[in-house]
Amino acid sequence: MNAIATPQAPPQPPSHEPSYLAVENTVRSWLLTTDHKRIGILYMISITLFFLVGGAAATLMRLNLLTPQGALVTSTTYNKLFTIHGVIMVWFFLIPSVPTVIGNFVLPMMLGARDVAFPRLNLASWYLFIGGGAFALWAIIAGGVDTGWTFYTPYSSTYANGHVIAMATGIFIAGFGSIATGLNFIVTVHKMRAPGLTWHRLPLFVWSMYSTSVILVLATPVLAITLVLMALERAFGIGIFDPAIGGDPLLFQHLFWFYSHPAVYIMILPGMGVVSEIIACFSRKAVFGYYFVAYSSVAIAVLGFVVWGHHMFVSSQSIYAGMVFSILSFLVSIPSAIKVFNWTATLYRGSIWFQTPFLYVLGFIGLFTIGGLTGLFLAALAVDVHLTDTYFVIAHFHYIMVGGMVMAYLGGLHYWWPKISGRMYPELLAKLSALFIFAGFNLTFFPQFILGYLGMPRRYHAYAPEFQVLNVLSTAGASILAIGYFLPLAYFLWSLRYGKVAGPNPWQATGLEWTTESPPPEHNFTVVPIVTEPPYAYDPVAAEEALAAKREQREPAYVR
Amino acid sequence: MNSIKPYVMVTGALFVLLVITVGAAYVNLGAFNTPVAMLISLSKASLIVLFFMHVRHSNPLIHIFVLVGFFWLGIMLTLSLSDFLTRHP
Ligand SMILES: [Cu+2]
Repeated sequence: MNAIATPQAPPQPPSHEPSYLAVENTVRSWLLTTDHKRIGILYMISITLFFLVGGAAATLMRLNLLTPQGALVTSTTYNKLFTIHGVIMVWFFLIPSVPTVIGNFVLPMMLGARDVAFPRLNLASWYLFIGGGAFALWAIIAGGVDTGWTFYTPYSSTYANGHVIAMATGIFIAGFGSIATGLNFIVTVHKMRAPGLTWHRLPLFVWSMYSTSVILVLATPVLAITLVLMALERAFGIGIFDPAIGGDPLLFQHLFWFYSHPAVYIMILPGMGVVSEIIACFSRKAVFGYYFVAYSSVAIAVLGFVVWGHHMFVSSQSIYAGMVFSILSFLVSIPSAIKVFNWTATLYRGSIWFQTPFLYVLGFIGLFTIGGLTGLFLAALAVDVHLTDTYFVIAHFHYIMVGGMVMAYLGGLHYWWPKISGRMYPELLAKLSALFIFAGFNLTFFPQFILGYLGMPRRYHAYAPEFQVLNVLSTAGASILAIGYFLPLAYFLWSLRYGKVAGPNPWQATGLEWTTESPPPEHNFTVVPIVTEPPYAYDPVAAEEALAAKREQREPAYVR
Repeated sequence: MNSIKPYVMVTGALFVLLVITVGAAYVNLGAFNTPVAMLISLSKASLIVLFFMHVRHSNPLIHIFVLVGFFWLGIMLTLSLSDFLTRHP
């Protein structure tokens, strides 16, 4: 019988060294570590805490929206809540999520490297992230900011009444962490690939992380500049955005969205990379159209920079610019569509294995498709005039960011958890929570498409009574979603002690990270892997045969 | 570029250009005010990129990344101007 998967390099000989987790376990050894795996764990813990903060703000908002008069909080508090939710979730959860946790952990291993190119810079990135986060938390505790996560002037300058500069400083500092991470990954991919690992043998996760890193390096400085200009105008009255003192009222939005639309791709491209890995492994087939999926990541990184004006259709931007940005926005959907079609084609005649990571990936594909297609509504000038600043927009980008990226992040965590911890998570419970998340997510956000279409505006703490039923449904969905998020937190912690020991390659996957032990030794590989195979050398026919043989012996099909 | 001499020379040139910047600010050149200021700052930036950032003596991959950076700056300026230049008064 043929092997169902041929790894990119032969399995590593036993290392006889303690794993990266067991090497040394003082607080100091964690806080001063330069091991990419430990830094990944540091990020995992920190972004989970930030997720709880952002989630708490969302919970209060959803509770407030149970009644049309918004009985729970005042409108000022509500403004602060959606600002906290946006700022924390975008900069302190979504942007770092897959790149800094999963990327840090598996990218060097996928390349057959002992670490990233600049390990100390990697640790510095985490400290910048934490330093920025501390500023943001301080701004929240000291009284909050009510501008929304977009910091539009003049809310954030002339009429600002919150701790705008403290919050902006936090984002500014954390941004440098992002830039350093992007730079680190670019150099790592160029310089640290194992012998034989040519560009076209790279796993697709590496392609998507590379593209993401390019965006991080090229876009984030513009955000930093924009925030500095905003602070200069606010603190010293230098006319940059305020027309009364010589500025241009739309310049802030141009600069902000020059960063923030590409940032949307920072928040989805890494998830797409995770999807490619998982879909190949659990359908036991090479990803259909490797080159198209790989280069569509690069295309997204480039085209993502030329569409920002679709956030400004009703801002009094010129009609001509609106038309240009509308056409370009339609263009950027092409590489995303290529990915979705190629993933679907990968499933065809695969040997499908319904494990938790795969469930998340199926969720991703469906929800990302809905999110992407509704994006086309918003890219159309005329339709957008009606839908701007309604719940339709909220639903659209939550389908991309929560339905897409959070699904991919959780799918990736389940997929690589055996590698990270050396233990299996409880499969049945994990499947159950994946279903909770899928059901809860749709119940939360699908009604918001309808609300937005009917005209309910975003960012108001009260609403017209006829919208109540759909809002109650949405809040009910959010509580199911919350249960779905707490379950993995609980069983991942449980599995650290009680989970079944995973072994080096529980999924029989092909990537280099699976040729080493779980959890890996400090330097990942005992001998330098020499890559002789393309990625995803899976054999679906052999996988089906192995499954049939197992069925005949009435063995549980736990490991194939 | 192991010797310190080129850095000293570039630093000197930057200070000279700084003096020219300040001087030019006091002379009214009419329509040429902005282009002249831009030209001076462009030469300052080029000196920094080529010598202080070692781009002049780096390999082609670095050159590509530097060009990409400027190309992206071009995207930002061009598409922003597609709004500014076509607004109805
Ligand atoms: Cu956008």
